[in-house]
Amino acid sequence: MTAPIMPGTAATPQSPHAGDPRPRRLLNKRQGRAVISVVLLALPLLVYGLFMLYPLGRVLMLSFYRWDGLGVGEWVGVNNYVKTFSDDRLLGAFLHALILIIFYAVIPLAVGLVLATLLTRAQMRGLGFFRTVVFLPQVIAMVVLAIAWRRIYAPDGLLNSLLRGIGLGALTRTWLGDFSTALIAVGLIGTWVSTGLVTVLLMSGISNIPKDYYEAATLDGAGWWRRFWHITIPGVRAEILVSLTLTVIAALKTFDLVYVTTSGGPGTSTTVPSYEVYNQAFRLGSVGTASSLAVILTLVIFAINLTINLLGERD
Amino acid sequence: MRASTTEKVLNYVVLVAFAAQALVPILYVLVLALQPERIGDNSFWHLENFATAWEQGHFSQYMTNSVIIAVLVVSLALVLSLMSGYVLGILRPRGGDILFYVFLLGIMVPSEAIVLPLFFDLRDAGLTDTIWAVALPQTAQSLAFGTFWMRAFFRGVNPAILEAARIDGAGDLRILTSILLPLGRPAIVTQVVLTFMWTWNDFLIPLVMSPSGKMRTAPLGLAFFQGQYTQGSTLLAAGAVLVALPMVVLYLLLQKQFISGMTEGAVKG
Repeated sequence: MTAPIMPGTAATPQSPHAGDPRPRRLLNKRQGRAVISVVLLALPLLVYGLFMLYPLGRVLMLSFYRWDGLGVGEWVGVNNYVKTFSDDRLLGAFLHALILIIFYAVIPLAVGLVLATLLTRAQMRGLGFFRTVVFLPQVIAMVVLAIAWRRIYAPDGLLNSLLRGIGLGALTRTWLGDFSTALIAVGLIGTWVSTGLVTVLLMSGISNIPKDYYEAATLDGAGWWRRFWHITIPGVRAEILVSLTLTVIAALKTFDLVYVTTSGGPGTSTTVPSYEVYNQAFRLGSVGTASSLAVILTLVIFAINLTINLLGERD
Repeated sequence: MRASTTEKVLNYVVLVAFAAQALVPILYVLVLALQPERIGDNSFWHLENFATAWEQGHFSQYMTNSVIIAVLVVSLALVLSLMSGYVLGILRPRGGDILFYVFLLGIMVPSEAIVLPLFFDLRDAGLTDTIWAVALPQTAQSLAFGTFWMRAFFRGVNPAILEAARIDGAGDLRILTSILLPLGRPAIVTQVVLTFMWTWNDFLIPLVMSPSGKMRTAPLGLAFFQGQYTQGSTLLAAGAVLVALPMVVLYLLLQKQFISGMTEGAVKG
C-alpha cells in the first residue's frame, strides 16, 4: 500500500512519533485508526443492518403492495394508505390510541406532579421503599399484569366485589366485555403502570431544584400554588418531556395488553394500531395493509420524539 | 424546610395509599395462586398449584427458552455495543456522527415496523422457529440502545488516561479491556439489567417469529396457557407468578440499577 500524500496525514502535531527517523510503518496513525474502526464496526453494523435497517426498508416497500404473505404481491401504490384512512376499523384503532394517550400519559403526569411535589417537600423516612414499590409494575411482564387485571375486572372479580361491598352493586358489570367501558378499563391499566414511573422521574427532578428557590419565594410571600407553578414546573421541564415521550410511545405501542385482555373486542372497541398490524398480517392475510399501518405508526413515533426533543432544546 | 405534623401525617397517608394501589393487583394474583383449585374448598396456601401450573403450562421448556434467548441477546448486544461504542466514542472516525444517528434511529423504531418483513424473509430462509429468529432482531434493538449508551459513557472518560495508556504502548484492544471495561462497570451493569428486562418481557417478536410455538418464551407461554384454561384462574394465577418471579427477584436485588438506569437512560435519551 502506498501512503497517499494528503495534507495532515503525515506527522500530525499530537503524534508522539513526529520526526521519528525509524523506517515508515506500513500504515500511518490515521490510517491505522480507520482500519481499526472498520474492523470493530463490521459486526455491529452487520447485525444492525440485517435485522433493523433492511427490514425497515422492506416494510416501506411491502406497504405499497397487496400481498397475502404467500403468492406474488401486486403493486397497488398508496392504496393501502388510502384504505387505512377510509376504513372505520383501522381509523378506529388510531382513535383508540389517542384515547389511550390520555390514560397512559396525561393522567399519570397530572397525578405524578401532585404526588412528587407532595413527597419531595418534606424529609421522610421510607422513601426508598416507596420508590421500589411504585416502580415494581415497570419490571413485570405486561402479560402478567394483564392477567391480574382481567381477574380484577371479571364479573366475580375484585372491582365488582368492592362495588357490591360499598352498596354500589348497581354499577357492577363485565368491565372488559362491555362496549362502553372496555377501552377505559384497558386505559386504566396503562395509567396504573405509568404513574409509578412518571412519579419517580419527577421526584428525581424536583429533588434537583435548589431548596433556596422555595425559601426565597416563601419569604417573598408566594403561596403553594405560585411556588408550584413558577418554580417546580419550570424546574422539571426536562423530566416532564421525558415522561411524556416514554408514556405516549408506550400508549401507541400497546400490544400485549390488548392481545391478552380483550383481543380488540368487544366488537372493535379496543383495537389499537399495533394490534391491527398483527391482526391484518397474520389473521386476515393483508400484509400490505399491515405494513402501511406499521409505517404510519413508526412515522408518528418519530414525529413525537422529534417534537418533544425540539421542545426540550428551546432554551 | 420543616414540615408540620399534620403535613407529615398527610404525606404518609398519600404515600401508603399510592404504594398500596401499586401493590394490590400484584398481591391479588399471588393470593389467587394460593387458593384451592376446587370450588367450595376454603383452605389456603396451596403451594402445589405452582408445581401443577409449571407442569401443565410446560413452563420448564418456556423458561429455558427465555433464559437462553435473554443470555444470548444480552451478551451479544453488550459485546457489539462495546465495539461500536468504542469506535464512535473514542476513535471518532470521520462519518462517525452520521453512523451514530443511524444507530439512534433504531431506538425509536417500534418492533411492529420490523417484525413483518423479518418474519417473511426469515421464513423463506427457513429460519423461523429457530432461536436466531427471535434473538437476532432483539439483539439489533438492544444494540441501538447499547451503542448510544456506551458511546455516551466512553465520551465521558478523561482523555488524559487514554493518552497516557497510548504513550505506554497500549493498543486499542488493551485500552478497551484493561482500562475502559473496569471503569465502565456501572454503565455495563445498567445496560445488562435493562436489556435483560426488555428481552425477558418482550412479546411481539417471540410471538411472530415462532409460529409453531417451539421457541415460545415464558410470557408467551403464559398467554397461551390463558387460552387453554379460561376456567381455572387459580392455575393461571400460579403461572403468572412463576413468569413474573425471576424479574421481580432480580429487581429487588438490583433495584438501584433498574431505577437509575431507567431514569438516567431516559433523561439522556
